[in-house]
Amino acid sequence: MSATARVTETDEPPVRRLYRSADGRWLGGVARGLAGHLGLPVVWVRVLFVVLSFSNGLGIVLYAVFWIVVPLGVGGRSAPRSLFEETPDGRRRLRKPDSGQVVALIALGIGIAALVGNVSVDNETGRYIWPLLLIAVGVVLVWRQADNARRASWTDSGRHRRALQVARGLVGVGLVGTGLAVFVVVRGSVAQLGTAVTASVAVLTGIALLAGPWLVRMSQDLSDERTMRIRAQERAEVAAHVHDSVLHTLTLIQRNADDAGEVRRLARAQERELRNWLYKPEGTGRDEEPETLAEAVKRAAAEVEDKHGVPLEVVVVGDCPLDEKLTAQMQAAREAMVNAAKYGGEGGAVQVYAEVEGRMVFVSVRDRGPGFDLDAVPEDRMGVRESIIGRMQRNGGTARLRSPQGGGTEVELEMERADG
Amino acid sequence: MSDETGAAAGTEAEAPGTERRVRVVLVDDHRMFRTGVQAEIGRTEVTGVEVVGEAADVDQAVTVITATRPEVVLLDVHLPGGGGVEVLRRCASLMAASEDPVRFLALSVSDAAEDVIGVIRGGARGYVTKTITGTDLVDSIFRVQEGDAVFSPRLAGFVLDAFASTDAPPVDEDLDRLTQREREVLRLIARGYAYKEIAKQLYISVKTVESHVSAVLRKLQLSNRHELTRWATARRLV
Repeated sequence: MSATARVTETDEPPVRRLYRSADGRWLGGVARGLAGHLGLPVVWVRVLFVVLSFSNGLGIVLYAVFWIVVPLGVGGRSAPRSLFEETPDGRRRLRKPDSGQVVALIALGIGIAALVGNVSVDNETGRYIWPLLLIAVGVVLVWRQADNARRASWTDSGRHRRALQVARGLVGVGLVGTGLAVFVVVRGSVAQLGTAVTASVAVLTGIALLAGPWLVRMSQDLSDERTMRIRAQERAEVAAHVHDSVLHTLTLIQRNADDAGEVRRLARAQERELRNWLYKPEGTGRDEEPETLAEAVKRAAAEVEDKHGVPLEVVVVGDCPLDEKLTAQMQAAREAMVNAAKYGGEGGAVQVYAEVEGRMVFVSVRDRGPGFDLDAVPEDRMGVRESIIGRMQRNGGTARLRSPQGGGTEVELEMERADG
Repeated sequence: MSDETGAAAGTEAEAPGTERRVRVVLVDDHRMFRTGVQAEIGRTEVTGVEVVGEAADVDQAVTVITATRPEVVLLDVHLPGGGGVEVLRRCASLMAASEDPVRFLALSVSDAAEDVIGVIRGGARGYVTKTITGTDLVDSIFRVQEGDAVFSPRLAGFVLDAFASTDAPPVDEDLDRLTQREREVLRLIARGYAYKEIAKQLYISVKTVESHVSAVLRKLQLSNRHELTRWATARRLV
């Protein structure tokens, strides 16, 4: 991939393939792509197209043909196909048809109209224009179809979309057939129309009958092979993950077998990571900043758990994106978790509960330790007063500390979201 | 050896001397886990729990349960042969029996909401995770045996989530909504409170807390809105 990069600038790449340029393009990227390919300044190519357009619209037709036929690329690289053709889910592609292709087809239409307008004055040639056009459209349809099919082999296309594709392919073939038939007819006489059509239909049917079973078998083989490959890939990924994390952790646990605390910490961290991986297939990026409340709470709890070796049980109800106020609330919550783990951890797991209800976000952190009396804490101990209560108040929220007589401490944090 | 249930989990302690016995079948495909649970809760003279049978897959489970007619089945969610839901489906008649019904307590390592909601909707009386301590587990078994529902904090969270996040109007007003009180109780369970603490906090009796929890369980099992399932599946993609 990198070897063929930046054809536009340099002339060296070993394999120079013609691509439409995705960056710095005005219309379809044809001119820039050609310029890069030929090693000419873009302006020259553009001027050439414009000049050619004045001779019977030839420039426009050429441009359109390039646009349709030449695949899009970045410089010399293939563009990330998602940019233009392939979207991760099929629905999005349907909603947003390839507008570039539409423009190209319109341009093609205009160019052809110009061509026809000029040429069809001559009666002799005019007879061939329309059949040729039919054939051209048919070929384009089939080609586009082939491209689509290749794309579809990666996204598992739905049943009726596949039917649509088949229909489009058939229409293309039909157009080509009709064009050929008409071509034959205008060369001969109208009387032969019936015979010519019958003949071409017969030939097409024959080809379909001969090639059909073979095509079906090939497509089945292909899809089988694809399934196998996907399965193998999945297995490899699982194996890699199990090897990278689980086996390492198990090794560490064997080595630290005497240190109960360390073993517990390792096992817990590994359990959490594995769970995350198993139940959230795409949530493997551990190092990104959390973007939602639920993620942030779980992240904070995990870190406190690792650092202080006290289990934290997290329950989150609802979720919402993090804003500035909620970030402050998360910091306060984290502080509360640290306190709970430090001073109340020996009473069992620390319970963390977060709930998004309408515009309010509520977080409670609860331990079963010896309890906590805010009034008894000296004035200079800033932890609770500043990091939790103060921080919440400065951001327009409230913090409450409760110590029920049964023991334990509960910190309740409430904050209103900045926007819905 | 009279402190049999560990008051931490919060049922009213039975008067010492009243002999409480419960017959339990363990269904789990991991032998190690069954052995561990056996060792932890199966000391009948201490805990009052008697493990009368074990099973490792769906067919075995149905056979053993039908043969032994235990009071409580500890049921794993993931099992070869169709999972816990399949066991529940095949034992439906035993669950519904008017005399000595068999009650199911789901016990799973799974965090996935659809697993949990699945077994609960299949008729399990409660759901606890495998990290639960022995005393809490014994306590839960007795609660289920008495016909009460057992919600772990996590299950309470799932239920709150499921019942809160629906824009669609409920199909059946009575079932598809939680009352204010039920929400409060669930929220406190999710925050890790025991029944006794909830009762104190809300100035109601433990019996009332139990009846609220049972009502929530009933709504969860009977509620005919399909959003529950859809929610559970969607959750996995989040």
